[in-house]
Amino acid sequence: MKSIIQPLLIVSALSLLVACSKGISDRSQAFPALNPAKTDINAGTWKTMLLTAPDEVAVTAPAAPTGPDYTAQINEIKSLQARLDDRGRDQLNYWSAGAVLRWNEITRELVAKYNLPPVNNPDGTYPVPDANNPLAYPLFPFSNPPYSARAYAYISSACYDALVACYHYKKLYNRAAPYNVNNTVNALVPKSDLPSYPSEDATVAGVMWEMMKLLFPGEQAFVQEKINEHLQARLASGANVRSDIDAGYALGRAVALKFVARARTDRAGQAVGSLAIEEQMRQATIARGEIPWISQENPKRPGMLMLFGRVRSWNFDSATLISIRPPAPPSTNSDQFKKEVEEIYNYAKNPTREQIRIAQFWADGIGTYTPPGHWNAIAAEDFVQMNMSEVRWARNLALLNTSLMDAAIACWDAKYFYFNPRPFQMDNRIKTVVGLPNFPSYTSGHSTFSGAAATVLGYIVPGRASAYQEMAKEASVSRLYGAIHYRSDCEQGLICGNRVGGFAVQRGQNDGAGN
Amino acid sequence: MKKVSIAALLLLLFAAPQRLWAQLDVDALFMDKGDLCTGPMYSYSAWKNYWEGTLKRENLNLGTVSTQTIGLMGMYGIKKNLAVFYNAPYVITNASAGQWKGQQGFQDLSLWLKYKPHTWDMGDGKLSVIGLLGVSTPMSNYSKDMLPFSIGLGSTNLSTRLMADYINHNWFVTASATYVWRSNVTLDRTAYYTTSMHYSDEVEMPNATQWNLRMGYRTSKLVAEAVIDNWTTQGGNDITRNNMPFITNRMNATRVGFHFKKEEVLLKPLTVLAGGNYVVAGRNVGQSTTVYAGLAWIFHFAKQKPAADKK
Repeated sequence: MKSIIQPLLIVSALSLLVACSKGISDRSQAFPALNPAKTDINAGTWKTMLLTAPDEVAVTAPAAPTGPDYTAQINEIKSLQARLDDRGRDQLNYWSAGAVLRWNEITRELVAKYNLPPVNNPDGTYPVPDANNPLAYPLFPFSNPPYSARAYAYISSACYDALVACYHYKKLYNRAAPYNVNNTVNALVPKSDLPSYPSEDATVAGVMWEMMKLLFPGEQAFVQEKINEHLQARLASGANVRSDIDAGYALGRAVALKFVARARTDRAGQAVGSLAIEEQMRQATIARGEIPWISQENPKRPGMLMLFGRVRSWNFDSATLISIRPPAPPSTNSDQFKKEVEEIYNYAKNPTREQIRIAQFWADGIGTYTPPGHWNAIAAEDFVQMNMSEVRWARNLALLNTSLMDAAIACWDAKYFYFNPRPFQMDNRIKTVVGLPNFPSYTSGHSTFSGAAATVLGYIVPGRASAYQEMAKEASVSRLYGAIHYRSDCEQGLICGNRVGGFAVQRGQNDGAGN
Repeated sequence: MKKVSIAALLLLLFAAPQRLWAQLDVDALFMDKGDLCTGPMYSYSAWKNYWEGTLKRENLNLGTVSTQTIGLMGMYGIKKNLAVFYNAPYVITNASAGQWKGQQGFQDLSLWLKYKPHTWDMGDGKLSVIGLLGVSTPMSNYSKDMLPFSIGLGSTNLSTRLMADYINHNWFVTASATYVWRSNVTLDRTAYYTTSMHYSDEVEMPNATQWNLRMGYRTSKLVAEAVIDNWTTQGGNDITRNNMPFITNRMNATRVGFHFKKEEVLLKPLTVLAGGNYVVAGRNVGQSTTVYAGLAWIFHFAKQKPAADKK
């Protein structure tokens, strides 16, 4: 007996261990090297977001690809290729999926890391993150949905403008890539006829250095490390010589500064508001005969970014913002409102497993990349299939993300204009299966973001338009299942989001990029 | 006998079992051959303070978080020195404050095979070594993404435990060490952040180790013992400041407690057991106080029919 059981136990245990290898397959790690179907060599003519002309930032002409200096640059690549180890090869493969894509992912990662509401002070007040002291608690930023929407928007549109300028100079100077100039340089990424000066990868890296200093100022060491890896990988790939990299990096930084200047004056710095402002909004709501929103946290936390509705939008002006403001929600005294509270009570009472799954699939709450980040992830996975040039990647993400920031502005405008209470405030029996956001209910942020994203993505990937709208509807209804929104919040949010997305589509239709 | 043990093993591997911390799979007791001891167990566990990483704090938006467990437990003696132990708990979580909805459902079925290969006489005392192999797996598709309200962590676990027991004039000490291998877990979402971003619904779970030391007084009908034990997650990440807990957290805890068991209470087949414990040190876990009580009935199968194994 002893002789049989013991070996059997050991063998079974070991075989089970071996059979269930614990690694996970990560979709992002599996992205293939970018291999654009067309170079978009004429992208220098596309309409920019902020740049007044593609040559607004000057880039000097490169030296001819001959002579000792160029030879030295070729030798640098060859020496990198000769000593490429596994780690270097992994980094090369990682970055070859695309500069815009990878920096979009890094942004999502930082958003997730910083998406944590500060803990209250002992006296019950809440500290406000300080951009000038980002590493002291509370860490700056608290990258909540509006903050992150803004971060994605500035980064995407700065990348776009900088790449339009980059492609302008590429066509102008028409310097071939080192792997096309010198046949002893290996092409470790798919070869392209796109001129290599200035480097599009370095342009993006330069943009990121300036934008990240502004948006995630506590992460400069991390960002610098990523930039070094990125540019090193690009050199080692044989696609750029050092002078391509240097010119691109300088161009990216210079273009980004225009966006930094806009960001410093877009009123986001004042969006945090104050308890006095919140109280005025509450009193105005009471004066209209409505029940005002009250924070359900203990201690009560000031509403999230209560003045974000006044931040400068991208694809429409402030008069338009007022014109697309959703109609007033059902009065908190109305039968319709009571009916909607009752509906959420019924969802909350006994949610099905499928309802919980949907609620959590779209929750994107604290510690995540937020709903705008989720739509970036959805977009990126579809864009990867489309073999687009870097500049087209940037253009499409700029359309998506400016629209998501516009959605945040439109939604936050409505939230603090109507100042509507959450279901749990109306009925404490309405317990939730996702976190309860600390801001007024009407309209649903998820619905507004998703409506905008689905509309923009449907324009960029027409074959998936109805799929995106279905996803947006599910994201919207997930907030009913989560028991944190009424049906009116979700339906009106989706409608408003679709309208917001339409303005980005208009921009896309007129930017000269075509689809 | 060979057939029985292989069948038991297959059952163990394919039907599979365990919660984070069951009570009765860490003692040195066995059943007589053909005896089944089984019955319901209720436990109540609650915490107000928890460790966010290494920082101890309270959270007014949770209040006191409680977990009630109603389980069916049992042990069947295949042989005098070979037993199968099972536990099937139903778990209910709740918070006394805030808006989070507590969860409930069937948690993880656990199954242990317990084998005592040898006992040595040492003067007046006896020293035994015991090996255990355990498997646990979720009985329902509960959400793993709502900690601290999720009813379990969702992994299928394989545990190996080595135990030594010394008893002398009814006074005993039992020590055990366990390695818990935990399978990947699937979430309802397609990306998550731990210390970096992961684009997958699959989560790689850190493994865990456990040690347990218990000592006290033991006769054939009575056990009264003090217990100290420790659960240490091998790897995993801390809860960041004011974040929600996540299944990959480095959950560590050291508990002290007591356990009491008496057989033949009022009726000959009736066993009563009870106990409690308190977390004295932890990381990424609640500082919980737990009390439990259970009843068990002993069935004698072997006496009605001949043993299945013939050598």
